[in-house]
Order: sequence, then C-alpha cells, then structure tokens
Amino acid sequence: MQSLVSFKNVIVVSGNFPVLTGLDFEAGPGEIVLVTGRNGAGKTSFLRAVAGLLRITRGSARVLGVDIVANPGDARHRVGLLGHESFLYEDLTARENVNFVLKATRSDPSGADSAMASVGLAGRLADLRVVKMSAGQRKKVALAALLARNPELWLLDEPHASLDSWTREVLDSTVNAKVAAGATVLLVSHEAQHGSLVPTRVVEVGGGKIVGDSLLSEAIVAEETVKPKQESGHVA
Amino acid sequence: MWRDARLIAAKDLKIELRTKVTANQILPFAFVVLIVFAFALDTSPGTLQKVAPGLFWLAVLFSSILSVERTVAIELDDNAGDGLLVYGVDHGGIFLGKVVAVFVQLFLLEVLLLLGVVVLYGSKVGGWPLMLASTFFATLGLSAAGVTYSQLASASRAKQTLVPLLFVPVASPVLLAGTKAWQDALSGTSSIGDPWLRLLIVFAVVYLALGAIFFGSILEG
Repeated sequence: MQSLVSFKNVIVVSGNFPVLTGLDFEAGPGEIVLVTGRNGAGKTSFLRAVAGLLRITRGSARVLGVDIVANPGDARHRVGLLGHESFLYEDLTARENVNFVLKATRSDPSGADSAMASVGLAGRLADLRVVKMSAGQRKKVALAALLARNPELWLLDEPHASLDSWTREVLDSTVNAKVAAGATVLLVSHEAQHGSLVPTRVVEVGGGKIVGDSLLSEAIVAEETVKPKQESGHVA
Repeated sequence: MWRDARLIAAKDLKIELRTKVTANQILPFAFVVLIVFAFALDTSPGTLQKVAPGLFWLAVLFSSILSVERTVAIELDDNAGDGLLVYGVDHGGIFLGKVVAVFVQLFLLEVLLLLGVVVLYGSKVGGWPLMLASTFFATLGLSAAGVTYSQLASASRAKQTLVPLLFVPVASPVLLAGTKAWQDALSGTSSIGDPWLRLLIVFAVVYLALGAIFFGSILEG
C-alpha cells in the first residue's frame, strides 16, 4: 500500500522539550486513523508535525510523497488542519475568512457558499464578523473553509468539540464521503465513538511515540476484554 | 510571491479599515507626541519651526512601532499566522504584504501629521520633490525593518517591550536621515541628489532584501 504519511523514528524537540520521541507511523489512502492517548501524550504535536508546523529534529518523514524534513512547506497546502485554533481573522466576516483561505490555498472559490451553507452558515451569519461569534460558530467557519478547500489529507484535532449534534453529523458524513473518494484522515478525538465517523485503525500515542496500533475491530475486542477484568477487580 | 503579497496587504488593510486602529489610536498618539515635545522644548514659533523635521520623524518613528506591532498581532490572534503557513502562503509574500499595508497606513498618517506640523508649528512646506522622495523611502525602510523586527520579537513572551528595544536603534538612521533630508528640502539647499536621501534609499533596499530573505526563517521559528 502506498503511504501518504510515513514517519520513521521521528523526533521533534519544541523549545528544550522532546514532544515526539522516535515516532513511527504509516497511513495510506482512504484510511481514517483514530489517534488516542492521554493528555500531553503528543497527539496534537503529532498532527502539527504532519502538517509541517513543527520542525522535525531527527528521523525521516514523508507526507503526500513530500520529504517534509527537507521541505516542510511543500505539502502544507494539500493538508487541512482543524485544530484547537481555527486560524481565523476576528475582524473579518465568516465569508471573508473562507474566501481568504480559498485564495491563499489557490482553491476553487466557487465552493465557498455551498461549504458555508452545508454547516449552517448561510444568510446573516455568513456576513457576521468572527469576533462576534460563539466558539461553536467559529469552529463552523473553520470547518467550512476546510470543506471548501477539499484537502487530500485531513488532520482533525478534536473536531467535534464545541459543535452541535447537527454539525457533528455534517462533519462526519462529509469526511466519510471524502474518505470514500480517497482522502486520508488522522483524527484525534475523545468523542469519535459517539459519531458516525468510523475509524479504520486506532493508534495510541504515549510519551511522544506510537505505543499501540490496531485495526478498529481489534481495538474493540481488546477494550471489551479489559472491561470485565476491570469490573471484577483484576486490573487496577 | 506578488499574488500572496497583494492578498496579505488587502486583508490587513481591510482589517484596518474595519477596526480603525491607526485612525483612532495611532494618529492621535502621533499628534500627542508632536504637542508634548513642543511643550518640552520651547513653544516659540522660531524654535518649533527649526525642530519641526526632527519632531515629525520622531512622531513617525513612535507611531511606526505601534503600527508594526499591530500588523504582527493580527496574525497572533487565533494563531492565524500558523494558518498562513498551513495554506502554503509564500513567506516573501507575507513579508511584502505586511510591509505594503504598514507603508500605506504610515504614509497616510504622515500626510495628516504634516498638516499638523504646519498648523501647530507654523512651518512652511517646500522642496516637494526631496520631501516626497525622502518620505517615501523613509517610510518604506521603517515598514520593512519594523515588520522584520516585530515578527522576530513576536515569539517572545515580552514582545510588547522587545519591539521598541530592537527596532528603535535600528531605525535611528531613518530618524537622522529623514530629519536632515527634510531640513534640506525646507531650506531649499538640496534636491533629489541629497546624500541623506541616498542613505534612506539604501536603508529601504537593504531591509526589504533582508526581510524577503530572512522573514521565512523567522516565521518558521
């Protein structure tokens, strides 16, 4: 299988702190990989490294066929990142923000209106300045920009946070459709099991590296095996 | 690069038109500088007319600190600057776009400040070719150096205090050359061939080149 994301023994040092400590990871086209792990395990750093926003200190890393150690910027415009920050300009309207993103990424501007409408940002909301929006509405604007861009690799860091159930469903169904068309998704979420975004694999990050990698079916079996033991007190 | 520069400049100017930070805060601050320094020196017209070029450029220098801090702060809210990197916007385009946006705002501010100098100090304006050329290149130099150093300071927790510390010493040749060029223009002793104008041109070209080369490294941290 052709790898769209290939990390081999990747070390990333941010400040003086190693946030990734020899991470190995592969993902191919059409995969939805759920990235799990405790707070501070390195999940967000992993996604930011894939997006080319963290400089890789050591190891080899290829994203969409680009060596991002040598050329960290060359794959970025093909990658979509929806994270804790929405990268929006507060004094621009939702429509202006989406149009700006499309121009900046040299994407087709005709998809802006339909993308905004699909997340419920039509009419008055589309022309509201972001500074006056709630956290959920801001997330919708960032999501609309991502949908309109249609990147090849989707990096979703807690994408369901702040979203209402209707928009969560829109996000899940849209991402499922993109994956069916060949896009790849790396998903960090504590709420993925509640939605219809079904991962094909589950990887666990701990201490800045991958400590578990299984197909979803294996992960479910493992979880169900552990639960009865925990309930009967065999596992502390 | 040019396309991205236009995009960034248009976005920054649109934000400025909407927030009016330059009009409502930086411009009044520049006038306060003109007035306060006049009080501190001597309010007699002869003295004020003599020091008017220096006070004008001092007010512009202080205003430019606020202006370049503002242009970088736009990208810090909601980490929008990281967004520009993810979108693959050309680093040189970001730099030039920011420089153009700051230049336009400062140039308009200088026009109004010049009117203030005429009204408050009773200065007579003349030597237009040298005055316009020196103002153009001084503003360009301040914008280019200011955007570079403000971006450099933005990674620091103490960015608000670090920008003046880094930028004012670097911009002092502009303060000196701008003042001298204006004095020469007003006295009619020199025109476009003025040596101070040449210094301003060199400063602007050097900082535009340095910014275009190094801004990407600064952005990427």
